[in-house]
Amino acid sequence: MVADAAPSQLAAAPSRAPVGLQIRAWLARRAESIAIPVAAALAGFALFGLFLACLGKSPFQLIDIVYRGGFGSSFALGNSLQRAAPLLFAALCVALPARLGLVVIGGEGAIILGGIAAAAAAQPLASLPAALAIPLMACAAAVVGAVWIGAVGWLQAYRGVNATISSLLLSYIAIAISNHLIEGPLRDPTSLNKPSTLPIGDAFMLSPMPWIGVHWGLGCGVVACIVAYVLMDRTTLGFAARIAGGNVRAAQIQGLPVGRLIVGFTALGGAFAALAGFFEVVAVQGTANGTLAAGYGYTGILVAFLGRQNPLAIVPVAVLLGGIEASSGLIQRRMQLPDATVLVFEGLLFLVVLLSETLYGRFKIFSPHLWAEKRETASASAVSVAA
Amino acid sequence: MVLIPAPPQIPDGAIGVETIGMTKRFGAFTALEDVSMTIAAGGFHALLGENGAGKSTLVKCVMGFYAPTSGHVLVGGREAEITNPKGAQARGLGMVYQHFTLVPSLTGAENLVIARSDAPAVINWASERAALSDFMSGMPFKLNLDRPVAELAAGEKQKLEIVKQLYLKARFLILDEPTSVLTPAEAEEVLGLLRAMTDRGDLTVLMISHKFREVEAFARTLSVLRRGRLVGGGAVGELSRDDMASMMIGERAIRTVAARIGEPDPSNEILRIEGVTARDVSGLREIAIEDLRVRAREIVGIAGVSGNGQKELADVLGGQIRATGGRVIVEGEVYSGKRAESRAHRVRFIPEEPLRNACAPRMSVAENLAFRAFDRRGDDPDKPPTLWLNKGAMGRRAKDLIARFKVKTASSEAPIATLSGGNVQRAVLARELTDPVDLLIVVNPCFGLDFAAVSEIRNRIVAARNAGAAVLLISEDLDEILELSDRIVVMSEGRLVYETPGASAEVGVIGQHMAGHH
Repeated sequence: MVADAAPSQLAAAPSRAPVGLQIRAWLARRAESIAIPVAAALAGFALFGLFLACLGKSPFQLIDIVYRGGFGSSFALGNSLQRAAPLLFAALCVALPARLGLVVIGGEGAIILGGIAAAAAAQPLASLPAALAIPLMACAAAVVGAVWIGAVGWLQAYRGVNATISSLLLSYIAIAISNHLIEGPLRDPTSLNKPSTLPIGDAFMLSPMPWIGVHWGLGCGVVACIVAYVLMDRTTLGFAARIAGGNVRAAQIQGLPVGRLIVGFTALGGAFAALAGFFEVVAVQGTANGTLAAGYGYTGILVAFLGRQNPLAIVPVAVLLGGIEASSGLIQRRMQLPDATVLVFEGLLFLVVLLSETLYGRFKIFSPHLWAEKRETASASAVSVAA
Repeated sequence: MVLIPAPPQIPDGAIGVETIGMTKRFGAFTALEDVSMTIAAGGFHALLGENGAGKSTLVKCVMGFYAPTSGHVLVGGREAEITNPKGAQARGLGMVYQHFTLVPSLTGAENLVIARSDAPAVINWASERAALSDFMSGMPFKLNLDRPVAELAAGEKQKLEIVKQLYLKARFLILDEPTSVLTPAEAEEVLGLLRAMTDRGDLTVLMISHKFREVEAFARTLSVLRRGRLVGGGAVGELSRDDMASMMIGERAIRTVAARIGEPDPSNEILRIEGVTARDVSGLREIAIEDLRVRAREIVGIAGVSGNGQKELADVLGGQIRATGGRVIVEGEVYSGKRAESRAHRVRFIPEEPLRNACAPRMSVAENLAFRAFDRRGDDPDKPPTLWLNKGAMGRRAKDLIARFKVKTASSEAPIATLSGGNVQRAVLARELTDPVDLLIVVNPCFGLDFAAVSEIRNRIVAARNAGAAVLLISEDLDEILELSDRIVVMSEGRLVYETPGASAEVGVIGQHMAGHH
């Protein structure tokens, strides 16, 4: 195929690489960002298998259970997708700031506060029709999340406070604030052993999406990922953010508003994370309570890293991780393992993924240069064929 | 393995050092060629030279950081094979660097004790303290060793660095531009005390310096390096400043650049800097530019020894640090480096070390080439920015620029970090110079590039000027300044201290001003 394309191209423009080889070089560059995370995920699986083997359990049984518990039946798949929905939003809260070079790990705080904001907004909006009130509740959640994580960006951009640390600490503050609100001013007096806010009411609860039977958070999460992808990859704003993330000094010399980009993208990430909390309230719980702090924010970090901070890759990774979390009950029962086992697995996976970050650019097979050298030999052979 | 011979006994008094035929090559580049010099025991010797003259290479060869390509070092008259800095320390050689090497959170005493190669695993502080106060009583430097280093002023830190070397029994001390971080009064004190130690015969000093005043006040003998060769030297009193400057800079004919066509346009002032003051991040360096103007079709070269505020000036113009006072005016309007402003006034910037300052290393060549134009609507550079990214146009433009500027790359999709230095610089030039330019700011454009790339890049800069651009060229390479500039301004200690037309520039005078003698 390559040799076919080469001679005519060579005759027309000797300096230009043949189209077939250009495609190959392009593929080689893209392949790296798929092959390495996949290999890392497999290595994480293998390590966890070793861990299980040490406990005297069969790793193959685990794969079987994860498959059956997460994806084997329509019920299992629904359960996985339900768990994937908040992960989509939570992962965006990591992936968007990551393009600016920030590691934000405090999405959990925005999720919790977003849920509380949505539940709190339901009371004053009670007289409005649901079609109006629900979007307003979503807005309330998004604004709170945007302010919360936007503050992380502001601290980084204008005060030099490390975003990783400030976001983590802010998420603990968010948990404390939410405990205070749920057990104090916003508490439903009838919620006795599980302090919660007042129920938002059945009228404001979202019904599941048609056909799939999973709540709307999944659909909106996928849309959010697509929006984020278009923003990052197809707009000048996203490109400016990538310049700033690639080299702040270069961005400053280009006159780009680095500070505003950082605040804007962290705020957007925070708004997305808050929507995860919003959907937990309006589609699952019907009220805001302690279950909002279920660790979606932290699993979202793993999802974003496994997906190489690419909003589109987040979707399949979130479904995979949702499936693993969905099968955790089955793992406990069938394999007589403690429920922390899944956390061990996620931890191992994360470790391997972080390690794999150091491997980019190290494999010659992915280097466009290698394919350029091949180009020369290919053109040489093409010439000899022509001769 | 290899038996380590017992360390040679370090004598109590000063020791002399001699280099014989020192040569150091890095690949095809000769940094040091056949340098033989003698520094007598108890001497205070100054090593002068421009940036890149080979001063640091020479002392690094002596200290064992570099293995010389050929040549020997004699310590105390005997040949010494020094293969690493520890070996140099064992022979009584010590070096104080431009930048501090102390641990900021530890006290002076702690810094001294941990620097010792025989520091025990468990330190008996009572006995160490006693030994230290004994040692300090014999030192001319008075220092409080109980305070954390972070709390010390720059002058005290520098003294502590020197004391550390003496504590490690250095009897031959190399100082690499020791006063660059000190105030004049601190410099005076430190150098005066060292000079007194050499006068007593306790120590030999070899000092790298750019500053004639210091050399004349404290050194007894001096050597001058130029382009890796020893070009002269002698006793300090016998050489005038003019002699030293001309030795440093050489008898170079100013190359008149045939490529420069047309005269600067005196009525069309593009850049004007009025009373701009700024401070670098550390707060140590300040610049104050009272008045600097660059006209259309004019290259103004800012000459100066590295670290005299050129970087801060460039950072202010590039919008990386904010001026604390004054105004930058471009084409009659206040300019702060925002994208809209640089678009409106067609300001382009080529910073030094382009990969570090002008590119995102992991983004592709095509993406890096698009930094100026990615938000442009269509091909017209003056149209307002757009929201949607046109990747097709970006790719086509990249291919066009790669071909026109002869950027060697495997593909436009390759990360720009995979390109050679010259090709990164070509890519940056392609990005900054394809559209009409009214003001071009260039910083050390040819630093670290090979000869072919250098002449090509200089031609591009002159071509931009001939097309009517005002060019501010900030460079530490005096040859480059002399070759390209219509007008030359010397920057020293954060100020513009001397100005001369390029055509009638006298190298010796420029050199004196660069060395802080106004």
